[in-house]
Amino acid sequence: MHSKWRLIQSGTSYTLKGVVLLIFIFPFLWMIMTALKTFPETMVFPPRLLPAMPQWSNFVTAMQSGPFVTYTINSVIVTVSIIILQMVIMIPAAYAFAKYKFKGQPLLFALVLLAFMIPGQVTFIPVYLMLADWGIIHTLLPQILPFAANAFGIFLLRQYFMQVPTEIIESARLDNASEFKIMLKIMVPMSVPALATIGLFSFVSHWNDYFWPLVMTDSMNVRPLTIGIAMLRETEGISNWNIIMAGNVVLVLPILLAYLFSSKQIVKAFVYSGIK
Amino acid sequence: MASIEFKKVTKSFGDSTVIEDLDLMIEDGKFTVLVGPSGCGKTTLLRMIAGLDPQTSGAVLIDGKDVSHTAPGQRGVALVFQNYAIYPTMSVRENIEFGLKNNKVSKEERKELVESISATVGLSDYLDRKPSTLSGGQRQRVALARAMVKKPAVFLMDEPLSNLDAKLRVHMRIELIELHKKLGSTFVYVTHDQVEAMSMADTIVLMNKGEIQQEASPDTIYREPNNLFTAQFVGVPPMNTAPLGKDGASFGFRPESAALTRSATDAWFQYKGVIMTREMLGSETIYHVKGDRYTFMIKCYEDLFAVDEPVYVGVPADKLFFFGADEKRIAKNAPGYQAYLDWLRRQVDE
Repeated sequence: MHSKWRLIQSGTSYTLKGVVLLIFIFPFLWMIMTALKTFPETMVFPPRLLPAMPQWSNFVTAMQSGPFVTYTINSVIVTVSIIILQMVIMIPAAYAFAKYKFKGQPLLFALVLLAFMIPGQVTFIPVYLMLADWGIIHTLLPQILPFAANAFGIFLLRQYFMQVPTEIIESARLDNASEFKIMLKIMVPMSVPALATIGLFSFVSHWNDYFWPLVMTDSMNVRPLTIGIAMLRETEGISNWNIIMAGNVVLVLPILLAYLFSSKQIVKAFVYSGIK
Repeated sequence: MASIEFKKVTKSFGDSTVIEDLDLMIEDGKFTVLVGPSGCGKTTLLRMIAGLDPQTSGAVLIDGKDVSHTAPGQRGVALVFQNYAIYPTMSVRENIEFGLKNNKVSKEERKELVESISATVGLSDYLDRKPSTLSGGQRQRVALARAMVKKPAVFLMDEPLSNLDAKLRVHMRIELIELHKKLGSTFVYVTHDQVEAMSMADTIVLMNKGEIQQEASPDTIYREPNNLFTAQFVGVPPMNTAPLGKDGASFGFRPESAALTRSATDAWFQYKGVIMTREMLGSETIYHVKGDRYTFMIKCYEDLFAVDEPVYVGVPADKLFFFGADEKRIAKNAPGYQAYLDWLRRQVDE
């Protein structure tokens, strides 16, 4: 009786997990399969999942339909610059909020929290006008500078830093370490999971960002991959789904790889910070 | 090597003053133990020496030099924390080396120092291990090695043994005494455990509510307690004390100073009671004797009595202590002493 009940329990559990997994994985699967089909195959009814013969040339067609090398370089420069800038600003800020007591600290922290509640759509016009005023609208900077401070990252890292026993920091001070060294040699190595998570989230959201570069750029030279892929629809015609999906596969590939390599760290970070 | 001096030191946290106008001299090269119940300010004193929570007013001098404005890392002190505070991402070697690196000690010298210190504390085989793979006792040694390697003039320890099991604690106690002998530097050790204090200290500084109750050798603290608090804090079990019934004074005697007998004797102070509990601890037995007016703990080296047995507690005159209404001990040659002794004798006769 008991074991039967167990069997039903685990069976239900696996079925439900399977359904959820399928729901999440199906769009990706469909995208990849479509990228490997010929044009007529994408249109057949009833639709078929697998292509008769994988069409690898779709990728070549997609990449040759525009300045994709420039797009990719732009995307890499923008995303990497954002992540580096964010780390440089976020680590000292989180350290100060977690381990220092100073006047106005609660107010400043409230301001940080407020910052990550305001969506970009609210601020893009004044930000655009300001950057245009500075004369940098034809460079990559408008895609980088507004994201230099990562409010969510400061919040998450602060929670993480708060769990580091103060005695460890005091020990380092007694060992004659400067505050900068304490951050770099003690706090950062102890927070690798949190930093990996924040870095990954940041990478995904800026690699995939469409809205911000769309409104901040006006020339091919500074556009990122997302815009380039979206423009495939114009160059290849609205219904050339196999080519468009090939472009999309190229776009999401780095993200999938990043997830694969850092999933353990991410789980760790969320368990520690109690956000599970 | 260095002496430490507190001059009119006050420490407040927000509105609450923990220590007020405290003067204290910790002698150079001595093993000084700050002891007292939790919240008495002993850790606060230690942190003031280290510079982690500087005093609100007054001056702290190390080796005669005012260090009030010196950073913790520049004071020539090392601190061993209760939770060891080892850097978890560094190997044992990196942990020990960290302070040396920050002080710009050359690579060859570092290597030599780390190796000799780790041999001293028995960590040579673990230098490349991460702290998480070490036992509690080994982590303790890493913390000690990290402190020792800097050759500090002052060694500060904040309850360093309280996270160890009882057996290891006794063992480490002896090692620390030997270490102090070998290094000859000033040790300041904080504990709430009076047994630890008695066993290791050259000088005990007994504190309560931010005030120093007594500053003396373990021997003096035990035999000549300044006041009622000291008498009741030191000793296992502590001194038996009870109101004298005259001038608000109290009397007291150590648990081992009394003799238990089945019939009345001619002891100066005699009290009849019944044994409530009996704790057999091996070489000694502790009886809890209860009568009409008082309850006493009596320590005997022979286990002769049983629970519920009626007994006489007898204490000779020279083992009795008297404390005035101000809780200060009345010295044997003080004017009131004989009067109190006679008063207590009469009480017994009635």
